[in-house]
Amino acid sequence: MDKHPASSTTRQADQIPAELLCKIDEAVTHYPVSKRSASLPLIHLWQNHFGFIDESGVDWIAARLDLQPINILELVTFYPWFRQHAPGKTIIRVCRTLSCAMAGSYELREKFCKAAGIDLSTEVPHGTPTSPDGKYSVEFVECLASCGSAPVCLVNDDLHEDVTESDVPKILGQYA
Amino acid sequence: MKSLLLPPHPKERRIVFQNAWTQGYTPDIDCYVKNGGYAELKKALSMKPEEIIDEVKKSNLRGRGGAAFPCGVKWGFIRRDDGKPHYIACNGDESEPGTFKDRYILHNDPHQLIEGMAIAAFALNVHLAYIYIRCEFPKAAGIVAKAIEEAKAKGFLGKNILGTGFDLEMYVHQGAGAYICGEETSLLESLEGKRPYPRIKPPYFPAVLGLYMSPTIVNNVETFCHVKQIFRIGADEYAKMGTPGDGGTRVMCVSGDVMRPGPYEIPVGGVTMGELINDVCGGMKPGRKLKAIIPGGSSSKIMRAGETYRIKVKGPDGEMTEKEVPLLDLPMDAASLASAGTMIGSAGVIVMDDSRNMLWALNNLNTFYAHESCGQCTPCREGVLWIDKMTNRMIKGEGIPQDPATLKNVADNIAGRTVCAFGEAASWPVQSFLEKFPEEFSVSGK
Repeated sequence: MDKHPASSTTRQADQIPAELLCKIDEAVTHYPVSKRSASLPLIHLWQNHFGFIDESGVDWIAARLDLQPINILELVTFYPWFRQHAPGKTIIRVCRTLSCAMAGSYELREKFCKAAGIDLSTEVPHGTPTSPDGKYSVEFVECLASCGSAPVCLVNDDLHEDVTESDVPKILGQYA
Repeated sequence: MKSLLLPPHPKERRIVFQNAWTQGYTPDIDCYVKNGGYAELKKALSMKPEEIIDEVKKSNLRGRGGAAFPCGVKWGFIRRDDGKPHYIACNGDESEPGTFKDRYILHNDPHQLIEGMAIAAFALNVHLAYIYIRCEFPKAAGIVAKAIEEAKAKGFLGKNILGTGFDLEMYVHQGAGAYICGEETSLLESLEGKRPYPRIKPPYFPAVLGLYMSPTIVNNVETFCHVKQIFRIGADEYAKMGTPGDGGTRVMCVSGDVMRPGPYEIPVGGVTMGELINDVCGGMKPGRKLKAIIPGGSSSKIMRAGETYRIKVKGPDGEMTEKEVPLLDLPMDAASLASAGTMIGSAGVIVMDDSRNMLWALNNLNTFYAHESCGQCTPCREGVLWIDKMTNRMIKGEGIPQDPATLKNVADNIAGRTVCAFGEAASWPVQSFLEKFPEEFSVSGK
């Protein structure tokens, strides 16, 4: 995952590096029938680079694909993966659904939060609990499709299987 | 996944999993070709398209995504010469709780999928295909995209494939965390860059009005892999491995309270529920007894230990007769589970022992459906939140005596009243948990 230094005071659309532009141009070619199909890939590329998508990003992608901003915004707000605010540097997604819950994923998430210094009592709906130092975000996600090695969590792009509470400090250290 | 590193259990027959779990097998094209890869594509390209579809029909392959629709019949809906563009979308949005098989194929044997899709594309006159992979599989997306590049470089994809004049472009399309995109028409809306609200059928059957309103075949990752295997093994041999009308092998994913959870590839109907749990998966944990089984992904109706079911079985004289069988003697195939009042679905078997509280388990699933409803249809959008709220308060001891009846009423009024099958998927757990374990849901008056 790319670093994402953007702060809320700068417009992401003013800081698009050439490499990102290149990836965007390539992605659009994958949809010869309809450019609109490239919406999801472009939001992904944007978020992979900046960490989230701001209003300028919504406008920029819409313009790139000859769409209205609402056509992009409605995707950003629908899909749980997309964010409009910066998350922590490392995102820990703990699977919440049945097989993982049976194997202790609720306790695992609490353990991750505690170890990362996240106060869950201040959690807001649809927010991403993030540690005060901005290093870690910990959230529940629905079934990660690895029920046979429950409980599991996705840390950035890496799947960790059969995670025990005693693995937590090691995993946090790995992404410090 | 530990169970896959063990030698196959005698009941297993690894066909689509064969390469993926061979020691030293790598996902690159050289390894695939060295092990006979793309030979079946060559074979198929020398056949007439109708012959390919006939082979798939003869194999009795049923879709492995959950609906178990006969694959060859689905393909038969496409008219090659209707003058319209045709598309293929591979459903790699694996997200049904309890299901975990496609990731291993995407990670370890991506060319098997690409070859199966290329065979299908040739048969169906398709020149543009997408592999929809959920974004929670970021590595899989990279591996498959690389495999597509490799296949293109070797002439198995792209322009003029193997000198036959057939063209096929293939791309990976990543989802963004929405379970609903596993519903095929929702997947197509997502591919079109729209909010993935499912389309109503009729008229929007993908084979008629699919991607960009053109005929489209949507099949699961595992299904396309089986297509390749049908051409390797031969349709007749493949069909023989399964039950009549339901051929081949399928990956059964077992999770929960068993000793050896994991994905096991087994001939269709080749094990009973009891053999799967006690034999293949090593039985329950020490000192624990079986309490309940969700047999086909979280949406399938739950089964209670000790139940018996009346199912149709083929006698020695070939006649179908009705027979009463206990839960653990039920054969694991689509027809048997359907006559037992539930479904094989995505073959995600979640096993629960006597330490589990059914209200807690149902509440977990209700939260899932409440999170994943796309919000298009009112009964589902409102109803799944209500049932989630109700089981939540019941867990906290704040339930009221009429809650179980209200829960059932809300579920009954979602199922059958929505555009897509999510309504049923969310209602069936509520209805079946209440029916099978009423004692765990009763709330006494205060």
